[in-house]
Amino acid sequence: MSETILEAEGLTKEFAGFTAVNNVNLAVRRGTIHALIGPNGAGKTTVFNLLTKFLTPSAGVIRYKGRDITAMRPADVARLGIVRSFQISAVFPHLTVRENVRIALQRELGTSFHFWRSEKSLARLHGRADELIAAVGLAGYEDVLAVELPYGRKRALEIATTLALDPEMLLLDEPMAGLGHEDIDRISALIKKVAADRTVLMVEHNLSVVATLSDTITVLTRGRVLAEGDYETVSNNPEVREAYMGTGHA
Amino acid sequence: MTNGTAKLGTWAGAALLAVAIVLPFVVYPVFVMKALCFALFACAFNLLIGYVGLLSFGHAAYFGIGSYVTAYTVKAWALPPELGILLGTAVAALLGVVFGWLAIRRSGIYFAMVTLALAQMVYFYALQSPWTGGEDGIQAVPRGHLLGIFDLNEPLVMYFFVLGIFLLGFFIIHRTIHSPFGNVLKAIRENEPRAISLGYKTDQYKLLAFVLSAALSGLAGSTKSLVFQLASLTDVYWTMSGEVVLMTLVGGLGTVFGPVVGAFIVITMENYLARYGSWVTVIQGIVFVLCVLAFRRGVVGEIIAFVQRRTVRAPGAATPAHAPGE
Repeated sequence: MSETILEAEGLTKEFAGFTAVNNVNLAVRRGTIHALIGPNGAGKTTVFNLLTKFLTPSAGVIRYKGRDITAMRPADVARLGIVRSFQISAVFPHLTVRENVRIALQRELGTSFHFWRSEKSLARLHGRADELIAAVGLAGYEDVLAVELPYGRKRALEIATTLALDPEMLLLDEPMAGLGHEDIDRISALIKKVAADRTVLMVEHNLSVVATLSDTITVLTRGRVLAEGDYETVSNNPEVREAYMGTGHA
Repeated sequence: MTNGTAKLGTWAGAALLAVAIVLPFVVYPVFVMKALCFALFACAFNLLIGYVGLLSFGHAAYFGIGSYVTAYTVKAWALPPELGILLGTAVAALLGVVFGWLAIRRSGIYFAMVTLALAQMVYFYALQSPWTGGEDGIQAVPRGHLLGIFDLNEPLVMYFFVLGIFLLGFFIIHRTIHSPFGNVLKAIRENEPRAISLGYKTDQYKLLAFVLSAALSGLAGSTKSLVFQLASLTDVYWTMSGEVVLMTLVGGLGTVFGPVVGAFIVITMENYLARYGSWVTVIQGIVFVLCVLAFRRGVVGEIIAFVQRRTVRAPGAATPAHAPGE
């Protein structure tokens, strides 16, 4: 078994008397695709926001590569190499596809506060940006405004932008939400490709996607971990089956 | 921005510059100088709302403090005009650091209210403290000699000095928008959580934009105090904050020339409708309502939209509607 890269211990989040996430332990192993599933309201997205520091946990510890990141701010977590996506596709709508990717690349130049410098100085990033755009199958769309892309391609653009940071770990919040069949196949293939040398943690509703992609699955209900294991183990777990009854999935 | 609008922008800029050079020979120079000061003020305001998406309702504070500091230092300390203006701008920038640091923690209506409250504090300070002259303001401010050489009491010399300051400020704003920093600002305006998730500490970017906007507003106020040889409570009153919002909206929010056009429209209305007394406000209100109802993008915004529609409709135009690979 490979080493743990991201670890949560006793993770808890309370919202004014309501416990959304209750004492969750989670260990994501390096180089795997780990899926977080569960019925609506199970606290998946909350766990996600806690891990990326978009929410502050009420209790518990989060460790990334053995380092305690519980008190860190979201931008700092991103700089450590944990980059997240969002449920609603996260692009910059009125920037072009190339500008979207370039925003992610430009931070490395260290000139992001230089308001006196011409943006022409960013042109040297275009080669790398176009490579990333081509890698997700968006070649030819470089100068299109992101808002004009069909939904599936926005998702691809979002992945290209995320990859521009060369993160060690990707957190994908429902990457398939709102996608049509052909897009699901394309984005699945993309995630698989991307995960070859990275670690992926994703929240996903589409169980066939979860079944084909994930190495490990954690099932949440009512803010607690119900079961964990590979698809085989989890799908045969009677409690999991019961939790999913009536939601039309399992 | 498409090629068509970019080209239009260059042409419009050249045409406006030509007009600006000829104008003082045709129109009363003080009127044009006033319009230029407000145009710079509106452009500085637009940097914040148009490119960061933050609606400040307290920009009079920076305009006013710049105006007071320059008027005071030039009159009481007999500083040369260029130093007085620099000092006014610097104090406005410092005020921007403090107020911005407090205000950027909130967004939307809360941001507007925080900036308004802070600006009202500056108003009461200007009303109460001895050096600002209370209700009288600071009057008979000497214009002095620029760099000890050019006599700014000559209307045309003063005019080209003001035009120079406006162009400098306009250039700084234009460059800021089209800089690596400006690119991050646009990303924050478009999708702040995503910008954070890409590792940007968005508060720091917003603060720098806020300070730049405050400093340039201060520059506009400083220049204005030399043009009118007066710093008064009007400069720091909340209606001044409202006026700059009006100018920017009428001209076109988030466009390069919109605030300039808006400032000229509003100042012209004030100037030529002055004989109708308090009816000016009513007429302004009607214009504002019409503007919001009929052309929400403002004068320049509508022109740009019109040109873009025509470019899209023109055959063979470079519209990326169908990219390869579909």
